[in-house]
Amino acid sequence: MLEDKHNIKAWFYLAPAMVLLIIFTFYPIFNAFFLAFLRDFNYLQGTWEGFTFFENFGFVFRNPNFRDALTNTLIITFVSVPIAVIIALLVSVWLNSIVKFRGVFQTIFFLPYVTNAIAIGMAFAFLFNRNFGLVNTMLGWIGFSPINWVGLRATWGMAMIAFLVFTTWSSLAFRIMVFLSGLQNIDKQYYDAARVDSTRRYRIFRRITVPLLSPMIFYITITSFIGSFKTYTEVIGMFGERLGPPGNDRAMITMVALVYDALDRSGVTGALSEAAAAAIVLFGITLFFTLVNMQVSKKRVHY
Amino acid sequence: MEIRLNNLTKIFQSKKQEETIAVNQLDVTIPSGKLIGLLGPSGCGKSTTLYMISGLLKPTEGSIFFGDDDVTTVPPEERGIGLVFQNYALYPHMTVRQNILFPLENLKVPKAEALQQAQDIANLVGIGELMDRKPAQLSGGQQQRVAIARALVKKPRVLLLDEPLSNLDARLRLQTREEIKRIQRETGITTLFVTHDQEEAMSISDEIVVMKDGLMQQKGSPQGVYDDPINEFTARFLGTPPINMFDGEIKGGKIHLNGASIGESDLEDRKVRIGIRPEGFKVLKTGSLRVEVEFVETIGRDTTLIIKNPVEEGKTFRAIVEADQKIQPGKGISLSVKPHKMFLFDAATGERI
Repeated sequence: MLEDKHNIKAWFYLAPAMVLLIIFTFYPIFNAFFLAFLRDFNYLQGTWEGFTFFENFGFVFRNPNFRDALTNTLIITFVSVPIAVIIALLVSVWLNSIVKFRGVFQTIFFLPYVTNAIAIGMAFAFLFNRNFGLVNTMLGWIGFSPINWVGLRATWGMAMIAFLVFTTWSSLAFRIMVFLSGLQNIDKQYYDAARVDSTRRYRIFRRITVPLLSPMIFYITITSFIGSFKTYTEVIGMFGERLGPPGNDRAMITMVALVYDALDRSGVTGALSEAAAAAIVLFGITLFFTLVNMQVSKKRVHY
Repeated sequence: MEIRLNNLTKIFQSKKQEETIAVNQLDVTIPSGKLIGLLGPSGCGKSTTLYMISGLLKPTEGSIFFGDDDVTTVPPEERGIGLVFQNYALYPHMTVRQNILFPLENLKVPKAEALQQAQDIANLVGIGELMDRKPAQLSGGQQQRVAIARALVKKPRVLLLDEPLSNLDARLRLQTREEIKRIQRETGITTLFVTHDQEEAMSISDEIVVMKDGLMQQKGSPQGVYDDPINEFTARFLGTPPINMFDGEIKGGKIHLNGASIGESDLEDRKVRIGIRPEGFKVLKTGSLRVEVEFVETIGRDTTLIIKNPVEEGKTFRAIVEADQKIQPGKGISLSVKPHKMFLFDAATGERI
């Protein structure tokens, strides 16, 4: 009896959040799956010709940009995420060990987090400018001739390198913050014990810091993978709506960009279903790698 | 390894520049191969002293010698000490074996040899069968043995224990303190441990060092300090139930408590504080101290009398007497005092006189 009463109350408390979640999250998810299996759905007239299992996915896989989008997304994820996680880990360990100017450095490293991705992208596009970008200027000091990173008809490879530097850097802030708070929760006595036992610094890092921080590392890795599979804003920020260097349009297309491409054509019969199917493909990829991640880290994460 | 502390001082400075003197000009020599208890109430600087010996805290002044080596500026990793933390600080992600092996791996001991040594030390402390468990799967007492094993496995010059028994329940505490004594005897390592529990310190130490407010009060064998306290503080700090303190005076070579003469003294006439151990009373018809018994606690071996304090209204004091004496609560009795269980202290300074 008593519990029933509590139950009703609990649902009331949950209601505001629940209503919003149902309208803006659960319904769209359900709808995306629904749309992906409609044949010849016309968005403007709201009509469709029954259901199909594979047709819309066929459109996605046959899209001329699909392979580029998939390759780019996978490269961005598998290069930038591990590098960014490792750099964030090292920076946060360093930040945690200094006393002087720690607040200043923390602020500096955290700034990208509160800055708009588009603005950072534009700043990086300028840094990588062929003629007056800081990167080429600095490379010039050590004898390199200017490289066309993101300029007219820049190659896919150069554009990708510039983009990876940018995404890696801009994603550091949040990771450093999470790692720092994790580090501050590690009992100092473990380090005292390790010192008394004459443990070298690298060994302390590898045998004590990393295992004790492993839940955070795991969390960051999973969320970074998921976030990275959804890369889109950063591409717009650096390359604009061309999704690539001028003259090499769509070279930097990603999976999410593919979804938006299809949405752009939503007046065309079947295009909205194709967008939904592309989103589900992306969901499948994300789910797969998340499960792999969880499996791999099972033995390495110490709670 | 003999440990010598010379003029050791530690001053902590807060952010507001307020200074706290945790340890004040401590001069102690800790003899080689003994088990020494560093004893005092919380905040007396005993743990600070221990951590200075370990090297984890830097002394503000003074020096620390291990034998003839001045180790004052030597970092903890080079001091060759074993340290057991109050909450053990076992690495939670490692098994017992990995925890014990950890110091040996740092010293680059060959794998097979290290495994053997780890097993030997685990057997010594009685956790040889638990090598594959994680610390979270062990009881408090077992965790503590692992911590001791980890500290001992590298054959330290000095073993330091910070409140080694405080996280254990009462039964385990009794058992573990005997265990610590046994391990110390078998290894012969100079061992210093910190405790606020006088019973714990007295029961296993070869020598105790009593501290208060960063100052050393007294050092000696547990019985020696108990029988011959240097001031009111050590007299009160050692012994359960604690010593009974009374205001009294010396008049004409006699010690007077509430008008009754309870002993003799060759001091000149003055006001004094009289300390009498609970076991220092005898129930005697001819006893000079007339008192009224409030409660009687019988524990079998002996009887504790809770007696109305004749000097201070509303207070009581305790006397432990033989169990075969039949005493009724509410009755008046006569007590005499054993001279060697009674100490006189200066009323103002608390020093023994």
